[in-house]
Amino acid sequence: MNSLKNKSLVSINDFSPREIESILETAARFEEDPPGRLLSGRVIAALFFEPSTRTRLSFESAVKRLDGQIIGFAEAGSSSVSKGESLKDTIRTVSNYSDLIVMRHSIEGSARYASEISPVPIINAGDGANQHPTQTLLDLYSIKKTQGTLDGLNIFMVGDLKYGRTVHSLLIALSNYKTTFNFISPAELRMPDEYKIILDKKGLKYYEHDDFTEIISRADIVYMTRVQRERFSDPLEYEKVKNIYVLRNEMLENTKENLRILHPLPRVNEIEPEVDENPKAYYFEQALNGVFVRQAIITSILDLI
Amino acid sequence: MGETKQLSVSAIKNGTVIDHIPADTLFSVINILGLENISNQITFGTNLESKKFGKKGIIKVAGIYFSEKEINKIALVAPAARLNIIRDYEVVEKHQLTIPDEVAGIVKCFNPACITNHEPVTTRFRIISKDPLRLKCHYCEKITDEEHLTII
Repeated sequence: MNSLKNKSLVSINDFSPREIESILETAARFEEDPPGRLLSGRVIAALFFEPSTRTRLSFESAVKRLDGQIIGFAEAGSSSVSKGESLKDTIRTVSNYSDLIVMRHSIEGSARYASEISPVPIINAGDGANQHPTQTLLDLYSIKKTQGTLDGLNIFMVGDLKYGRTVHSLLIALSNYKTTFNFISPAELRMPDEYKIILDKKGLKYYEHDDFTEIISRADIVYMTRVQRERFSDPLEYEKVKNIYVLRNEMLENTKENLRILHPLPRVNEIEPEVDENPKAYYFEQALNGVFVRQAIITSILDLI
Repeated sequence: MGETKQLSVSAIKNGTVIDHIPADTLFSVINILGLENISNQITFGTNLESKKFGKKGIIKVAGIYFSEKEINKIALVAPAARLNIIRDYEVVEKHQLTIPDEVAGIVKCFNPACITNHEPVTTRFRIISKDPLRLKCHYCEKITDEEHLTII
């Protein structure tokens, strides 16, 4: 029985650990043995009310490699939204033309709302600062693939832990496993209490640091995020901390053999380009993994596997 | 002397008495029930002595029995209040208010980027903590706390 059939994917909280594992297993199967024309005759709508080239291309590649058709728009300016059409009307109309809708929107909760009014399943490809569950699933896939397990890992999250939605969703997903967390961020961008409460409730350990050069030798995964200048109320504070959260090759010298560096991309300057050639750098492979994971999600929801 | 006057004013034949309202939330309760817009007889008192709160408020509305939605609104701002249903001068039902586990259409999401503040969507929250009050938005998943609570 496929519990994912016709189910919308709006928030990582919507999927049980068993369902998440099922998607990761399917993605691994697709990577190993591409499933061919599984989406032949299917139409997927990709509605990007807010532009996101990387995510859109990843979904398009996922669909087209399985011989599916993709319709939609890359920004709201080229749709009827620019004429003032409501989200409800857009979703109701497009659901007539497609088997599944992938949407990205700057308004938070828009994907949940769409899933309640759409007769076809919705995949949330990012709703403002709220959720981006396919990113979380590809992060989990990348961790499992490189570490062989999701259990008992020491996960380092670095950078903007206050506003970064990717680290919040990843934390929630990893809280189902025996994970140890190390949060490395400037004081102004610490992990919010509501996420620490989740870990406390599950009895998971976490530690907070200002810097990670001394402790990186313990990490299995370093998940880098960007520290943005505009997040600081005092520009001087930014100047003081900006170089602390930049990863360089020399910092990786005495680290674990299995350590891998992840980043949701786009990267700006938080990982030096020299690290790209380091065998521990994994962020470009991570982006490729997104294609397999998105294929697994779409075909599971459409009950084609 | 004053006490006698107050009692004569407060007796109602049929209607609802909301008692044990913390004095500082009395006017919020009046506002959220929209009492300023109805023509029924209404009596309210505030800063009355109470063993429980020190000072309490009370509202007596003749001829009106509140809906569950309205009762839930009262529960959110004055959970300690008690509701007495009066018929023919007798208290026929007493209700201790309880904060529900979920509320729909009665609280505004504090997040300006939430869909409920952009399209005509009925707000929905799960109450994740009753004291202090914390509500998680069903749509944007952000938490509205007591300080940012706005009743629609």
